[in-house]
Amino acid sequence: MAKYTEDDLKVELESKEYEYGFYTELDSETFPVGLNEDIVRAISKKKEEPQWMTDWRIESFRAWQEMVEPTWANVNYEKPDFQAISYYSAPKDVDPNKTLDDVDPELLAMYKKLGISLDEQKKMNNIAMDIVVDSVSVATTFKKTLNEKGIIFCSISEAIKEHPELVKQYLGTVVPQKDNFYAALNSAVFSDGSFCYIPKGVHCPMELSTYFRINQAGTGQFERTLLIADEGSYVSYLEGCTAPSRDENQLHAAVVELIALDGAEIKYSTVQNWYPGNKEGKGGVFNFVTKRGLCEKGAKISWTQVETGSAVTWKYPSCILKGDNSVGEFYSIAVTNNFQQADTGTKMVHLGKNTKSTIISKGISAGKSQNSYRGLVQIGTRAENARNFSQCDSLLMGNNCGAHTFPYIESKNSTAIIEHEATTSKIGEDQVFYCNQRGIPTEKAIALIVNGFSKDVLNKLPMEFAVEAQKLLEISLEGSVG
Amino acid sequence: MLEINNLHASVEDKGILKGINLKVNAGEVHAIMGPNGAGKSTLASIIAGNENYEVSEGEILLEGEDISELAPEERAHKGVFLSFQYPVEIPGVSVTNFMKTAINESRKANGKEEMPANEMLKLIREKSELLEIDRKFLSRSLNEGFSGGEKKRNEIFQMAMLEPKLAILDETDSGLDIDALRIVANGVNKLKSQDNAVVVITHYQRLLDYIVPDFVHVLMDGKIVKSGTKELAYELEEKGYDWIKAEMV
Repeated sequence: MAKYTEDDLKVELESKEYEYGFYTELDSETFPVGLNEDIVRAISKKKEEPQWMTDWRIESFRAWQEMVEPTWANVNYEKPDFQAISYYSAPKDVDPNKTLDDVDPELLAMYKKLGISLDEQKKMNNIAMDIVVDSVSVATTFKKTLNEKGIIFCSISEAIKEHPELVKQYLGTVVPQKDNFYAALNSAVFSDGSFCYIPKGVHCPMELSTYFRINQAGTGQFERTLLIADEGSYVSYLEGCTAPSRDENQLHAAVVELIALDGAEIKYSTVQNWYPGNKEGKGGVFNFVTKRGLCEKGAKISWTQVETGSAVTWKYPSCILKGDNSVGEFYSIAVTNNFQQADTGTKMVHLGKNTKSTIISKGISAGKSQNSYRGLVQIGTRAENARNFSQCDSLLMGNNCGAHTFPYIESKNSTAIIEHEATTSKIGEDQVFYCNQRGIPTEKAIALIVNGFSKDVLNKLPMEFAVEAQKLLEISLEGSVG
Repeated sequence: MLEINNLHASVEDKGILKGINLKVNAGEVHAIMGPNGAGKSTLASIIAGNENYEVSEGEILLEGEDISELAPEERAHKGVFLSFQYPVEIPGVSVTNFMKTAINESRKANGKEEMPANEMLKLIREKSELLEIDRKFLSRSLNEGFSGGEKKRNEIFQMAMLEPKLAILDETDSGLDIDALRIVANGVNKLKSQDNAVVVITHYQRLLDYIVPDFVHVLMDGKIVKSGTKELAYELEEKGYDWIKAEMV
């Protein structure tokens, strides 16, 4: 990877538009709009799924029909018309047994634009990657190397066919079909996503990564990720997302389930950069995501997220600390600018003894945006000596944005120790002037201050991602002060 | 080096500077003294380019060039440095990282390459020794949790790193104990040369025992009402400011 210099950053900062806003002309097969049981069956058929999977989807769909959209989040938006969305769109000619050489050249050109050079990835970076465009997984790299260790890393569709026993055993165990409105919808119509299994005692030798892209207009993206770390194993997983700039809102409702068996460790990092809408608040992705992990004895799950995109975000990566001595962590930076709205946070559910959780949330609001942290720390009756530390810091830029914190604590065990710290600060004119006086121009000064503010979380990201994330923060806050 | 002619400035329509004239040549040290609220800090801020003040009249020349319309960072690139009376905190940004950014921004603006890392390290080592600063201090967040003395010492460390042409020290002595005062003054003296100039703003004569001024000016009610040599500072220390007021009437 070439060294990223400050000049590169400057060039990027000057191109003020959302840089992933292009649309690629791909020959796609897209289902008619609307949702009913026939569509659900058609998706399942298209994916050549076994009967149990079709039944599972139908069951979810029926549950979803009985449910209503949640309204408790601190966001305002026009509800999506679920009958106006197409639930399946796939670039044509995607052969599940493809190698990279067979992939549509247009697709490859698109990856290049996204900054993902698969060839380079193959050779240089120690990252195995699965790429999901619209509804289907189009390429998974490094399969062979991973196979040698017994690691399974493939699209979820493939997993349903090739490893039904694992999918059957774990799918929906952490996020049940009826968990919430969007999880139910996802369970009915999910079209693809990534699947990963790390065998007992295996330390995954490379970062696993999924890149999500919404390309087609009028489609929703409903990916499903299932990650199982068997006893004593370790994996670090990265997830990135982009979408074209469009005037209408696009719906993204994903479900991610993590299972960390005894003594396993999962690090899950996300850089979410869906199209945020334009400066007037038109368009942008609705990002309604359910992410949850289950920790068995002595297991650890660590969520790190950098959220800069989407018009509306509704997302709470959570940990269920079921096993004794298990550990949950949540590190988050959420940036909102212009008219973006984010309601994000985590749930730490302490069930086992001596369970520990840490929450570090950094919210940065600019423009006319609203940024909320919502978190729940729950200590069960059996959770002796549970510990939680939460820190929620908000940084405001300008006078028209909002930062909100909604921490919930429920403790049913008197031995629990729960700490919560929160701060709200504003980037002061005096801070900017101080930097200016030392020769640092305002844009750079803000980048410096924001990076300083976010440092605790940026440090948790894998190196490759940290640079990208830092860049994203700066671009997202373009022109928000002064 | 610095020439200020008939400078008038106000904040929210309240006149603060009412016709300042000041000439500082290269190689000179000037002290500006005066009672609280006379406009000393305002003058420092305005020279540095703080946009909260409205300059209604007059000019500020740096080496003959009018800088009064320039942005604060542009003035910094030309060699203006202000040691703040109240340095701000920037959490999460280390002193080293901050200095690196500042130096490279100035170099960039002056058409120079970034400073190579080894050179930067050498410079940091050299200057931190000059100000007797512990290296651990440099990895701490800028001014966060610093004592008053540490903040001031850090300001002079930054001055040493940036090697300005014109350094304005705004109440650098406040909050310093006698040992720290000596270290800071010693640092300033070592940085002094025939090519740069220092303007010291202070309440007390104490600092001037260590940084000996060539000229002392008294600023009262937005004007320089009296100028002299360092003896003037002793006189002020002894008699206060009232006698000057009386003299003015």
